[in-house]
Amino acid sequence: MHLQAPDPMPVLPELTAESAAALTTPEIVWSSIAPALILILGGILLLTVVSLVRRTLPSWFHATWTVVVASGAIAATIPLWNRVQDEGPSSVMAGTVGLDGFSLFATGVIAASVLLGALLLEGYLRREDMVGPEWYVLMLLSASGGVVMASANDLIVLFLGLEILSVSVYVLAAMHMRRESSQEAGIKYFVMGAFSSAFLLYGIAFTYGATGSTNLADIQTFLADNVLVDDGLLLAGLALMLVGFGFKVAAVPFHMWAPDVYQGSPTPVTAFMAAAVKTAAFAGLLRVFVAAFGPTYRDEWIPMVAALAVLSLLVGAVMAIMQTNVKRMLAYSSISHAGFILLGVSAASDAGVAAALFYLLAYTFMVVGTFGVATLIGRTGDGRHDLADYRGLYRDRPGLALVLTVFLLAQAGIPLTGGFLAKFYVVGAVVDQGQYALAVIAMVSAVIAAYLYLKIIISMYFAAPEGAAEVQADVDEFAGPPVRIPAAAAVALAIALVGTVALGIVPGPATGLTNDATAELTSGG
Amino acid sequence: MGAVIPVMILLPVLGVVLIGLTPRSRSELFRPIAILASAGTAAVAGYMFTQFRTGDPGYQFVFDRSWIPELGINLTFGIDGISLILVLLSAFIFLVAIVGPMPTHDPKPYYAMLLILQAGSIGVFTTTDLLVFFVFFEVVLVPLYFLIGMWGHGRRTYAATKFFLYTMFGSATMLVGIFALAITQANASGDPITFSIPEITENLAISTSTGRWIFVALGLAFAVKVPLFPLHTWLPDAHTEAPTAGSIDLAAVLLKFGTYGFLRLGLQMLPEAAVWAAPVMMTLGVIGITYGAIVAAMQRDLKRIIAFSSVAHLGFIVLGVFSVTTEGLDGSLLVVLNHGITTGALFLLIGMIYERRHTRDISKLTGMQRSAPILAAFFTISMFASIGLPGLNGFPGEFLSLLGAFAAARWWAVAAVTGIIFAAVYLLWAYQRVFHGPADEATLRMPDLKPREIGLMVPLVALMFFLGFYPTPLIDRMEPSVQAVIDHVEESVPGFEAPVPQTAAHEAQGGH
Repeated sequence: MHLQAPDPMPVLPELTAESAAALTTPEIVWSSIAPALILILGGILLLTVVSLVRRTLPSWFHATWTVVVASGAIAATIPLWNRVQDEGPSSVMAGTVGLDGFSLFATGVIAASVLLGALLLEGYLRREDMVGPEWYVLMLLSASGGVVMASANDLIVLFLGLEILSVSVYVLAAMHMRRESSQEAGIKYFVMGAFSSAFLLYGIAFTYGATGSTNLADIQTFLADNVLVDDGLLLAGLALMLVGFGFKVAAVPFHMWAPDVYQGSPTPVTAFMAAAVKTAAFAGLLRVFVAAFGPTYRDEWIPMVAALAVLSLLVGAVMAIMQTNVKRMLAYSSISHAGFILLGVSAASDAGVAAALFYLLAYTFMVVGTFGVATLIGRTGDGRHDLADYRGLYRDRPGLALVLTVFLLAQAGIPLTGGFLAKFYVVGAVVDQGQYALAVIAMVSAVIAAYLYLKIIISMYFAAPEGAAEVQADVDEFAGPPVRIPAAAAVALAIALVGTVALGIVPGPATGLTNDATAELTSGG
Repeated sequence: MGAVIPVMILLPVLGVVLIGLTPRSRSELFRPIAILASAGTAAVAGYMFTQFRTGDPGYQFVFDRSWIPELGINLTFGIDGISLILVLLSAFIFLVAIVGPMPTHDPKPYYAMLLILQAGSIGVFTTTDLLVFFVFFEVVLVPLYFLIGMWGHGRRTYAATKFFLYTMFGSATMLVGIFALAITQANASGDPITFSIPEITENLAISTSTGRWIFVALGLAFAVKVPLFPLHTWLPDAHTEAPTAGSIDLAAVLLKFGTYGFLRLGLQMLPEAAVWAAPVMMTLGVIGITYGAIVAAMQRDLKRIIAFSSVAHLGFIVLGVFSVTTEGLDGSLLVVLNHGITTGALFLLIGMIYERRHTRDISKLTGMQRSAPILAAFFTISMFASIGLPGLNGFPGEFLSLLGAFAAARWWAVAAVTGIIFAAVYLLWAYQRVFHGPADEATLRMPDLKPREIGLMVPLVALMFFLGFYPTPLIDRMEPSVQAVIDHVEESVPGFEAPVPQTAAHEAQGGH
């Protein structure tokens, strides 16, 4: 005897020719997604042009193309920014893409890191004899993913953006064919990244199950209007999504991949990755947690984020000072920086979001600059990244040593650099929430991390053997082949240097932007 | 008039820019540029001194520009009687440090670092904005770090790193404290957020316990800088390994950041908390005086002796400040100035000895009086000034500090006096071993001071005599500001009355 099972309810209406014709597709407002479009089309066009032209194009062509495309993307944000400031935020494409100051600011930062990354790549590829357009195409594609992620108003779109971003960067990490560590970095990043994507997706599914929507604005309204009697599913979703984001921003304890990947990847890629991926991931994190869950579930997620922040700050700083490989040191220091930005997120206030954005901007300049110098010091083969390889750099290249010193001091948070004001704003936002203990932990971890930057400075400047009674100018000779500075890399370093210093001395323009760049969720469109 | 302070800060910066633009191949130019920039600053400081209105307790030469408007942070500067002393000291000592010793190598970054240090120091002493104060306070770490690390001796890397991290650790809590103060003050008073020191001082509205916490947070940074026992361990290392110019600047000017901070951001801005902490601070001051003196007596390195003597002298300053008396504060400020001059002179002389003998080890030096009588004479005078012999500049300050301390806490003053005796012990003993006794061969070959070096020492020694006999011009100018601080403390702390030295009171009564 069998019970007659009820007919399964058709979830989707059967697709017929008529219904397909009647299916309403959302209106596409092309102008609103112009920055992402410019990046993605720029990448595809570059690939097309290169495959249509018979002869091999010179290295500068790809780089110039990428710089122009990235500048175009930055330029495209300006009219949108003005529109948002005049008419307020809006959402387009059936409410899946948000157009607000926040997403535009993040877009600008991501495009800027493409610009700087391309300038660094140009000389690098010639030096390593790997000239080709693929690097630039992948960089542009990943940046477009980052932009999609930063402006996503829907968890599915956010995930799409994350995957576009990540897959391109996995490949970029493995692009140095002759270095085994690069392959290793690519595989590691891919496996760990796929894992984290699964967490994120699982969290999205749980959230959908609890709230009935993947749209961030709808989630926000739903949670504001309804009190969940049993919110276990939602909390699990929150936690899983945080794990996913935690992987992407390399927050402790989800940071294990970062040192290996940062160390193994081609150095300009590391620079780009450190800046753009972190910005995009933080943008997503801020949108989901501060904007969507901010008003209703802040008591639940703020402690989680604060715990990640504290762990990242301390573990990042302590592990960093125990390394001898400069790229690995910087990887750990970037984990510590992630802790600072997470602290800004955990403040969950307008000041906190503005501080996090300012930090991301300053961090982009500092980190691209630092890895940019590391690119040059790595020399042919991209292998000279030991602390000992920096020994006596001051004797050989005083200018380069000075520039690196500025970037390192900025990362340490010395005043008159963007790095100081970035920390200052975060500490201010945290103190404003009455979280004095967090602020003190952050500052103490900054002191621990400072030792790491001093170690590099010591290697560059004070390399004469310890205990020598008199300092001999000629004792510490710089070893290895000479460091060459390609023109494009010099331009990138100059931009990063000016950015780092200017943010520390005249922060007004940047804070004017970050204060207006609040994330606001608007439904419908 | 308002441009006087920015000019004093920007002249050294201009010098740095010029040095940066001068190619390395023209290495003979770096020194003149640095001297010109520093002398220019000193000249402007001298002009400022002549224009200073003596009876005015408030800030003069005020300069005000907006920096970060949304947080109420402004580039505000001003000089009152207290900062006057410190600005004069910075302007003068840096000139001496730049003119005096020569770098052994790399003159370009050397002079650039010294000039940045000077600009930062004047900034610390003149700004009236909390964040700008922090910026200058922190920025000077970098040039001194490089001075010790690149041109230092022996374990210079260790010393430089220790100095940097210790100081930065103090600054870490200071930044949190500054923000906590600005935010709680804004919340309590209902005014928009401000970082202006005079405004916060005038309208302090935070609760007592908050004020005490903030005092602790700020005080930690200053205690490291002073340095107070037990946070002093970076100082002997930094002093010993630093090049002569670095030691001079560190002892004469940079340590004063701490005492200035205690006075300006502690006693003046958070009077209740400062009075609350005064017993602890005075105790730490006395420990510094006696401990510094005893440890100094046991050193074998001439520079280490002076380093520990600095711990003792700075103890007098802290003792005077936290006695919360007019005499104590006056005395402290005089010690600030005079310790700068005498210690600067002593480090300069030790540098000259080191240039000639390549050692500072007391056991290897003997009988130098015979081959270098002029050096010995200058050393004697500076040493007696440091001991606090009446007639020389060390005396009035220490006497007034002790007078204030005596009125506030008698037995602390009694304990502190032993420090003066110890100072005589360790300095005279060191002098005896280095300058007296039989002269060995190396000593006999040692040349005496060159005219350039004599020319450098004469103004310092002249100042020692002048300020010993006639400190009145300085006391007149700082007295109104000091009195204003004491009045402010009495006003804001209920039930507190600044102790008055008994003898002075009796004399006043007797005069009726």
